[in-house]
Amino acid sequence: MSAMTETATSAAAPAKPLMARINWVKAAPWLYTIALFALWELLVIALDMPPTILPAPTDVFAAIAKYWSPIWKNSLQTLYTTTMGFAIAVVAGLAIGLFIGWSKTIYAGLYPLMIGFNAIPKVALVPILVIWFGIGTVPAVLTAFLISFFPIVVNVATGLATIEPETEDVLRALGAKKMDIMLKVGIPRSMPYFFGSLKVAITLAFVGSVVSETVASNYGLGNMMSSAQSQFNVPLVFAGLLMLAIEGIAMYALMAWLEKRMTGWAHRSTMAQ
Amino acid sequence: MSHLVSIDNVDMRYGGAAGTLAVSGLTMRVDKGEFAAVVGPSGCGKSTLMKLVTGLHIPQTGVVIVAGEQVTKPVSIVGMAFQNPTMLPWRTTLENILLPLEIVEKHRHRLRANKKEYVEKAENLLEIVGLKGFGSKFPWQLSGGMQQRANLCRALIHEPDLLMLDEPFGALDAFTREELWCVIRDLHAAQGVTIILVTHDLREAVFLADKIFVMSARPGRILKEHRVPFERPRDLEVMYQSTFNDMVHELHGEIAKARVVA
Repeated sequence: MSAMTETATSAAAPAKPLMARINWVKAAPWLYTIALFALWELLVIALDMPPTILPAPTDVFAAIAKYWSPIWKNSLQTLYTTTMGFAIAVVAGLAIGLFIGWSKTIYAGLYPLMIGFNAIPKVALVPILVIWFGIGTVPAVLTAFLISFFPIVVNVATGLATIEPETEDVLRALGAKKMDIMLKVGIPRSMPYFFGSLKVAITLAFVGSVVSETVASNYGLGNMMSSAQSQFNVPLVFAGLLMLAIEGIAMYALMAWLEKRMTGWAHRSTMAQ
Repeated sequence: MSHLVSIDNVDMRYGGAAGTLAVSGLTMRVDKGEFAAVVGPSGCGKSTLMKLVTGLHIPQTGVVIVAGEQVTKPVSIVGMAFQNPTMLPWRTTLENILLPLEIVEKHRHRLRANKKEYVEKAENLLEIVGLKGFGSKFPWQLSGGMQQRANLCRALIHEPDLLMLDEPFGALDAFTREELWCVIRDLHAAQGVTIILVTHDLREAVFLADKIFVMSARPGRILKEHRVPFERPRDLEVMYQSTFNDMVHELHGEIAKARVVA
């Protein structure tokens, strides 16, 4: 009904037909992206930049078309190492997070260690991983894992550590064991924290895998970009960056969707309508 | 000798030997089926009393006996409700109410096989508190008063002998509060459950209770015990009688004095 009346009114009042019908909020991400590329193109033209310093978007897109086969192969390789590392991080992060959140002593003991470990730049670990596993896929997967599991651990542990004391009292007064409280309250409660952390973790995983590929691999976007850079093929470097950005956005969107699917009860404002 | 709860000369200190003494020389008895209210200045150890009776805290000296047994671990014959309804947001109201059954030893092994019987019981309770048909709603879809009603159902689902209420109506508006007073009054009359209500609201205490304990400021002990003389069943009208107001006034005076002493 409303759709019919809407079209009827827009037909009756042709003064503002197009502008009113566009959902600006939905269109905004696309418009802003196009605007960024347009601005970039104009800047390159205005400053007369040589493509070896800052290639225009049109050069970058041309490079993507020209080198499509290697770009595609290396993009898949990077996506593969990243998701592998991320998957290990999810399993390990969930397990360690639950373990840490289980008891105050374990929390107190492991937390400083975790922080110290997280403070180490992961790029410094790549040479060690290479000594152990050689160059290629394995160090990239492991770097992605090492860099992305920390936020998962912290978030899961936080979810467990912030159970309301009243809820705990109600259950403990009924004779609940620690395990009961964990299963009935702790774990469901930490799920929104967990799924929220996945969005942070997946983008970090890309950082890890690309760093490792740049330093120690013959495959992947990291390796492709570093060899393109050594040949002064700057448009190809930017093409690699663009592919990384696209993969990152896609995976982030997947995680955000998953979060909404799995923990809809935590997003009550949108569910209530 | 039909005391359901009997507390004898109990001291409870938090945080080791040098910690704060929350209650000291606490002695009180509540009979089976009785409705007792505990009032006192803030910080007088009312919540400590709750935890002592439910076995969440074990006193350093003195004895707490519930249902003929000395309390040394959580007693599962109690139901608890706090000011904060603490409904779990990922469960529907009905699933929230069934939660204690998944914990209490007596029921947890029967739950799966007898689910229908328990759901029926929960729906029956929902109807009593005026939430018929709301079982499938999530807690955040309910108003504060409705959540508190559901909270009462959860406290009662495992048919506890003793119901401990820690200011369950504190966060509600005056009209909802009066409505829930009547709900509690009727539940008490219908189910024969023993109730200990901790509250700041003196009118609430006088309206609901058979017996009122006045606690001193920290460290808490019982200053005085009042019998409430009004006939049951009580109507909300009772609150406009002068004898009712006199009693509230007297309690108010005692608590004001206890505050000054502290």
